Amino acid sequence: MEFGPHLFLATLEGAIGAAVLALMAVGLSIVFGIMRVVNVAHGEFYMLGAVIAWWITSLIGGHPAYGFLAALIVAPLIVGLIAALADHLVLRRINYDPERTIVATIGLLYVLQQLTLMTFGADARPVEAPFNKRLALPWFENGADGLAMYWPWGLSTTTYKLAVIVAAIVVLVALWLLMTKTRAGLIMRATQLNRDMALAHGIPVEKVYALVFGLGAAIAALAAVLVVPIQQAHYLMGGDPLLLSFIVVIIGGLGSIPGTIVAAILIGMSDGIISVFFSPTLAKILATLLVAFVLIFRPQGLFGKRIS
Amino acid sequence: MSGSITTPTNNKAKALGLHLLIIGVLAASFLILPDYHSGIIARVLILAIYAMGYNLLFGYTGLLSLGHALFFASGMYGLGLAMQYLHVSPLIGLIAGLGFAAFVSAVVGFLALRTAGVAFMIVTLMFAQAGYLTILLLGEYTRGDEGFVIKQSQRIVAGFDLTNATNRYYVSVLLFAISLLLIGWIVQSGFGKTLVAIRENEERARMLGYNVQLHKWLAVVISGTMSGSAGAAYALLFGYVGGTFATVQYSIFPLLYVLLGGAGTTIGPLIGALFMFYLIDISSQFTSAYLLVAGVALILLTLFAPQGLAGIVRKRVIRWLP
Repeated sequence: MEFGPHLFLATLEGAIGAAVLALMAVGLSIVFGIMRVVNVAHGEFYMLGAVIAWWITSLIGGHPAYGFLAALIVAPLIVGLIAALADHLVLRRINYDPERTIVATIGLLYVLQQLTLMTFGADARPVEAPFNKRLALPWFENGADGLAMYWPWGLSTTTYKLAVIVAAIVVLVALWLLMTKTRAGLIMRATQLNRDMALAHGIPVEKVYALVFGLGAAIAALAAVLVVPIQQAHYLMGGDPLLLSFIVVIIGGLGSIPGTIVAAILIGMSDGIISVFFSPTLAKILATLLVAFVLIFRPQGLFGKRIS
Repeated sequence: MSGSITTPTNNKAKALGLHLLIIGVLAASFLILPDYHSGIIARVLILAIYAMGYNLLFGYTGLLSLGHALFFASGMYGLGLAMQYLHVSPLIGLIAGLGFAAFVSAVVGFLALRTAGVAFMIVTLMFAQAGYLTILLLGEYTRGDEGFVIKQSQRIVAGFDLTNATNRYYVSVLLFAISLLLIGWIVQSGFGKTLVAIRENEERARMLGYNVQLHKWLAVVISGTMSGSAGAAYALLFGYVGGTFATVQYSIFPLLYVLLGGAGTTIGPLIGALFMFYLIDISSQFTSAYLLVAGVALILLTLFAPQGLAGIVRKRVIRWLP
């Protein structure tokens, strides 16, 4: 393949990565924004979503779309409940103390990951996509006889991959409407602004926290269900997305949803493109160092506003 | 600055006595321990040095790092690469390991200490991750995750064969003894007391005229260098250098040991490393998911015993515990 079509393909793959990453990072971001909790177990909620999706689709026979649709609804629900339970049993009891919360969620990470290893096993397992039609993509070139369209070999995507991007956008818009237009969103934002004042006005802050922690985990699980037909379910799959979403949330400005989405697109796309043309390890080194330096020299994030 | 009602000199003597007793018990244990267990204890002692270095920063200074594997690996690769490619003697290798760990911790400390709290944790985590990925990137020399073996013929110090089990055990006791006495001395010194003052109330320490930033930086450098010495010793005694030791998991282990044993106590890291190593060793005989133990321990400790085993002893029984 020539450079132009190759870059186009890399950008397309990057866009899918960015869409999933945006979902995952927004989940992490609302938990940090509202509860001031850094959830290190976020990657494991993502992994659980994929594993539960495999489990549900293997239970339901018939056309793969039925199982997938069921997984799309049930997996985020189960994962959300597990997270809310973890919040109730662990985080609430340590009063959301920032450092102890990180240690506790590291513990939670190991517990979820190792329990999955014991039950689901160490193998990677595939989930069939509900629809998967290959789409060849055209390319335009200025040749001897003007602009010509042709179909380069290997330049293609699938309907499912495009659907993932659309689904991610739909979920992000729905989440934005939830946060800005509904009463539940108002309550969450009030809790974010001032926990004690919210409590004084009769907002059940503990319930809000459990709900937000559950919601954040459910969004990660949803991202995983979307991704699992492209990438197989595996008990260690949470590591890389966790690191990437940390990077995104920090660069986008901790707790800022629009910043997070912009950063997800930037990081997801550049990770996809750099990994295709250069070494993926080098791309990750640059990204981790970028995060460290952003935190050191610009703690409000590249797109965040400085809090006075 | 002693802060206790009993005479401080008396407590210092008691602390030194306790440390010497522990070292004596460890040295004598070799005679009664079966081979399998003395092999484990040698490993635990080196990991305890790692945890003691970690504890100086976390337990005494109040800075929670999630990236100490970077320092451990710096010591390990400093020694390993020097011995593998420059064919230096083990002692020069040890100095190279210590020097490299000191350099890396000085740089990381300088940068990371511009942040505090959660940001400090994430910055250290990111630096360690970048370090691990660099090991993978330079796989041609470091052999990445697979690692490389330091040849038996190279691991001889002045005719003293470190691959022999008896020698290995006593060298690890010696290194542990040096580290324990050093830590005991540091935490009883004015410098150590200042670190505790910073942990308890940073603003007050600054008001009293202490250079807080410099003290914290020195704490990072000493802590990182001690962790690096453990990494170098591990490579030398067990003859293996590998990227696994730079992963996040190896940053979590010293935190786990210190939390379990008791943060801010001199003997806590040893107790924590001993318990946790055996716990993981025993559970790994039953299941491949042995890290479940680590996860459950982390959650239970944060919930019910944030002061750790030695911390509970200090609170309830022996008030002078160093």
